[in-house]
Amino acid sequence: MSETSLAQNVTTIEAGDSVVAAAFLGRTPVYALADGALLYAGIGEEKRVKAHEDGAILVALSDGKRFFTAGDDGLLVATDAEGRSETIADEKGKWIDALTLRDDGAMAWSAGKSVRARDAKGVVKNFDAPSAVRGLCFLPKGYRLAIAHYNGASLWFPNAGDPAFYEWKGSHLDATVSPDGRFLVTSMQENMLHGWRLADGKHMRMSGYPAKTRSFSWSPDGKWLATSGADACVVWPFETKDGPMGRGPRECGVRPRRVSRVAFHPTNMVLAIGYEDGWVLLVRLNDGAEIFVRGERESNDAVTALAWDAQGKRLAFGTKGGKAGVLDLPA
Amino acid sequence: MTDKIPVTVLTGYLGAGKTTLLNRILSEPHGKKYAVIVNEFGEIGIDNDLVVGADEEVFEMNNGCICCTVRGDLIRILEGLMRRKGKFDAIIVETTGLADPAPVAQTFFVDQDVQDVAKLDAVVTVADAKWLSARLKDAPEAKNQIAFADVIIVNKTDLVSPEELREVEARIRGINPYAKLHRAVKSNVPLDAVLGKNAFDLDRILEIEPAFLEADDHDHHHHDHDHECGPDCGHDHHHHDHGHHHHHDHDHGGLKHYHDEHMQSLALTIDGEVDPNKFMPWVNDLVQREGPSILRSKGILALKGEDKRFVFQGVHMILDGDLQRDWRPDEKRVSRIVFIGRDLKEDEIREGFMKCAA
Repeated sequence: MSETSLAQNVTTIEAGDSVVAAAFLGRTPVYALADGALLYAGIGEEKRVKAHEDGAILVALSDGKRFFTAGDDGLLVATDAEGRSETIADEKGKWIDALTLRDDGAMAWSAGKSVRARDAKGVVKNFDAPSAVRGLCFLPKGYRLAIAHYNGASLWFPNAGDPAFYEWKGSHLDATVSPDGRFLVTSMQENMLHGWRLADGKHMRMSGYPAKTRSFSWSPDGKWLATSGADACVVWPFETKDGPMGRGPRECGVRPRRVSRVAFHPTNMVLAIGYEDGWVLLVRLNDGAEIFVRGERESNDAVTALAWDAQGKRLAFGTKGGKAGVLDLPA
Repeated sequence: MTDKIPVTVLTGYLGAGKTTLLNRILSEPHGKKYAVIVNEFGEIGIDNDLVVGADEEVFEMNNGCICCTVRGDLIRILEGLMRRKGKFDAIIVETTGLADPAPVAQTFFVDQDVQDVAKLDAVVTVADAKWLSARLKDAPEAKNQIAFADVIIVNKTDLVSPEELREVEARIRGINPYAKLHRAVKSNVPLDAVLGKNAFDLDRILEIEPAFLEADDHDHHHHDHDHECGPDCGHDHHHHDHGHHHHHDHDHGGLKHYHDEHMQSLALTIDGEVDPNKFMPWVNDLVQREGPSILRSKGILALKGEDKRFVFQGVHMILDGDLQRDWRPDEKRVSRIVFIGRDLKEDEIREGFMKCAA
């Protein structure tokens, strides 16, 4: 299988509970755990911060400075590198299970049908989606939010009012927008992706997955979308004006187990791929060359979190069973 | 996978006593922890640590299968609940009084992520002894809930006469003779009548005899059982005299039987083996065409050239089947199937099945 290995460069960490997401806050790898805690895995000093006193973390994202976590306690909490927590929203016990961040400090979250967008100044606007929301993603230009729900997606300008509706029958889960802002892609209940070219609403169906896609990652040049849900990382081409219409994807990291997480390196055309049996591989997109990071035989402990640091020198990973770790790339 | 979390679905028309049953389950000293999924707009409070409000969002799968409706909110809630895995032993889903049980059940067969972590244990329907007969006439939801059930609690029996009780039970059996029936006052049924039924477990489909064939046995005990209820019996006496009770016990031979106009069950037997090359295409085609009107199906079949029993069950268009244990030497190799549904094309189904004989 893999010729080369970086296993000796991996530091393992016992997270103790399911890892929901990982991120680097400054130099420190931090893991958001299902039990509501953040685990700071600093060198020589591990620290746990209970961001949610009585809640499970359902979704977690970081902007590199703070970890934003939302849970079944209805709270959206931001916790910084020092472990100081601040409650940003309280949905009165309603589960917050979708969250997205924007470079300028704006963010959006949803609880059931209610969607809230909070701009960089802290002004919150509300929108009631036609049905429960699973996925949110800001467009790169303008203050505009893509909202995935049943039977399509809504594009909403929180400061302008009525959203535009992009219809497609079925249940839409996660949402992502291409870095050039031309395409919206959602994952669907029916094990496929749906895409819209936003300019003219033209549809794209990306199918063939044996399972749901629950992890997306755009390449650093914005031309490729890596996806989970198959026995390989399926990477769709978006470099032309038609996106992947009429074109097939690339497949890399083919293994007999399903891909559960994907994360493009921040600057190079290299993918970190996590599998449902706990394996992590690095794959170079150009030639498909694979490097082994971690994995055992006969495991069912799926990789649930993958995150690069800003420089792309370190990769944090975590699993459903509470294993975590950091790969330090050789200099 | 034995560590899948069992899920019990509680249905029943408005006011039948679902929430009373739910609170009863939760308050008994069973030492188990339940996660409870209730309708957000429920009127009575639930006394439990882990209660999740659901919005009963039903959507159609985009797979060309028109009756393949699932509960989208349930998929989302189960995914979220797994973040608290290990903190509860089982899940109870209470549906609203007007809900169709099928989308809830289908969620457990259609969604792989749900299947990986949870399994449907049984659909339990609470029926109001006094009002069910009327609801069966004017509320299609009530009829669906009876037809779909694995277990039916005939509740509030203290508010009806023995004649009325027999009447409502006969109406229930006219629709669904295969569910286990329990009589209750204020939803006072033993927990093991409701929980841990494994009704959707193929290994547990051992017999598909109508449940009322076994009911005689219950009736013999029934007299005693009423007296065990002690304090509750007090209410009984206000409404009807005790003499009738005795009378009823000795009257089980004259069991009433009703046929519902639109909802019925159809049991078919081939006195021998079926040809799998005929049966599989036939049954798949049947549920594809007639799935919307078939609520539940079950079968135990002797396949030609196969030592093991083939068992299957279905919900609308979704079928699940497997080879089970060996046929015992003393067991007659017969093939039986059962459908419960609305306006079933009985002659067509019978003819089609009979042609599958090996």
